[in-house]
Amino acid sequence: MKTKKIDIAACLGSYGLTINIGFFRYNIRSSLRTVEQSIETLYSDFELTDYETDSQLVDFHVLVDEVWQLRSVFNRQAKFFLDGLAPFNSLPIQHAPAIIEWGMNWCVSSQLNTHLIIHAAVIEKDGFAAVMPAPPGSGKSTLTASLIQEGWRLLSDELTLIDLNTLQVSPFPRPVSLKNESITVIKNRYPNVIFGPISSDTAKGNVCHIRPPSLSVKNQHVNCPIGWFIFPKYQREAKTEFFEFGKAQALMSVAENSFNYSVLGETGFDVLKNVIGKANCFQFKYSNLDEAIKVFSGLPVPQ
Amino acid sequence: MKLPVLILVFNGQIEFSELSEKQWDLLIRQAREAMLLAKLYYFFKKKQWLDKVPPIVFRYLKSAQIHSEKQFNDLCWEVKHLEKVAKELNYPLILLKGAAYTVAGRKASQGRIFSDIDILVGCENISNTEKYLMINGLVSSEVDAYNQRYYRQWMHEIPAMKHMYRGSVIDLHHNILPRTVKACPDAILLLKDSKPVFGYEGINVLSATDMIIHSATHLFYDGELEHGCRDINDLHDLLIEYSESNESLDALVIRANKLGLQKPVYYALRYVNFILGFSVSKGVINKLNKNIPTGIFVPIMDFLFMRALMPAHESCNDYWTGLARWILYVRSHWLRMPIYQLIPHLFRKSYRRILGKETH
Repeated sequence: MKTKKIDIAACLGSYGLTINIGFFRYNIRSSLRTVEQSIETLYSDFELTDYETDSQLVDFHVLVDEVWQLRSVFNRQAKFFLDGLAPFNSLPIQHAPAIIEWGMNWCVSSQLNTHLIIHAAVIEKDGFAAVMPAPPGSGKSTLTASLIQEGWRLLSDELTLIDLNTLQVSPFPRPVSLKNESITVIKNRYPNVIFGPISSDTAKGNVCHIRPPSLSVKNQHVNCPIGWFIFPKYQREAKTEFFEFGKAQALMSVAENSFNYSVLGETGFDVLKNVIGKANCFQFKYSNLDEAIKVFSGLPVPQ
Repeated sequence: MKLPVLILVFNGQIEFSELSEKQWDLLIRQAREAMLLAKLYYFFKKKQWLDKVPPIVFRYLKSAQIHSEKQFNDLCWEVKHLEKVAKELNYPLILLKGAAYTVAGRKASQGRIFSDIDILVGCENISNTEKYLMINGLVSSEVDAYNQRYYRQWMHEIPAMKHMYRGSVIDLHHNILPRTVKACPDAILLLKDSKPVFGYEGINVLSATDMIIHSATHLFYDGELEHGCRDINDLHDLLIEYSESNESLDALVIRANKLGLQKPVYYALRYVNFILGFSVSKGVINKLNKNIPTGIFVPIMDFLFMRALMPAHESCNDYWTGLARWILYVRSHWLRMPIYQLIPHLFRKSYRRILGKETH
């Protein structure tokens, strides 16, 4: 493995560590110990190289470091930078592992228009992708974290990238982000899953990322057509319900969950119309993960 | 001073095939910072280089071009709404800057990213135009009485107006420089020479010479030079188009003399020449009859502007860039308001900020 050969901390602290994720190449710099730990744990299956000696053309130059502000007196602060630009306010330094993950997602969702970007988890089985668009709190990450332990391939936990020409999903297999109780649920269910450092008491509660499965990383360049659009909704004590969702309504819901639907204009509409036209669309309410996994394994095969 | 790779590509001093991987990387980073990615897309397209750029570079050029196309469509839609307003008035609405380049089909509009629409009308028509814009859904975004008065008494525009539903922002001007500036031109001259736009009723743009002069005035009187690199590229595009239509630069210089705006035109010609290689004969510059820098001021201004007009990216900065930008910022205030007005204004602003009535 290339990982062993290079000194991650030294790269992060100097010219940067280059990571290939999907078709993107990031150059990451940080002198924070937690960021180093996080990358060492979560990205060990990815190809990591030294920016100084290796490839010098990358998509995003990312930096997470401590900054000095008045607030630092009470609570040391860290900030995310994309090539000198700081899109977010500083946050307590102990949130650094979450800051870098959020920031890396932001790079893609704010800069890319060659793909239709949907705020959705996406997983693959038997050559077809299941896209799960849903607002935060609908349990899509917990569902994703479970399904990728049950034979599904992780394409992305946050951003579904649909190629405007091929209409296929381009994988972006980043670590899956879990919040609060979901962390314990997944830890208990799948003791082999590897967790990164926890960021406690963020605006979203406790946040922890899990390492993407090795096979998903290995196949990160294999694109895949969309078979299903599934709109999940976690509801405490709810009975598992799974029913078809009208395509027109599905299109509107996906558009609402898209980052650049309006920027793409007519192209965005045509792309959605085509992929939704070919896919099966469902609404899905659940509280029991075992039943949820069963439903997913019995999904009707797309034409 | 070494010019950044983005500038070297634009002015043709570096060949596309000579670029190293590291230079390609810097090229997109500088262009992203300077909001020139979409412009770079069209530049490569014209040179038929698009299929030869590395995939990573193409991704961001194309993404920016798609974004600029969306802005183009949005702008045309907004101007269609303005046309409705204009039909109710007995004078034209004159579009300025980005919006004007777009409706007039200027090359400068290709891939240009901008955020608001600037309109010019005669000073006596300001309140009437404001009224009709309000009837059509635009409301003033400034609620503070002091700021409202500050704008209306001293500035060349009223506070920005925002559409209630569409969110579009319009800046309504009665001149191109604040009233407090010594070089503030006679706006009637600009209005009289404005030209109707084909395909739009009641919508005008400034004449070709005035459009260039306004672009230069805006750039060289403004203190916020973060977009200086984009603006000097605008000027370059406008000047190229102007000279292609066979008009000699003499007309531009004569007009600048008449409006009393020799200084910005002097800088525009000088730096479009230095930075982007647009050729200007010495004779033309010598025809600017007054108000231009002389003696020691020439190298001083070169020192400042050759730094501040570069992309605001760390790779373009040298030891002096920060200071140069700061001096030009202070200079712009100096130019825009006489000291006896500026000091009370700044005091008032600081006092209000301490009280928490201002956030910026």
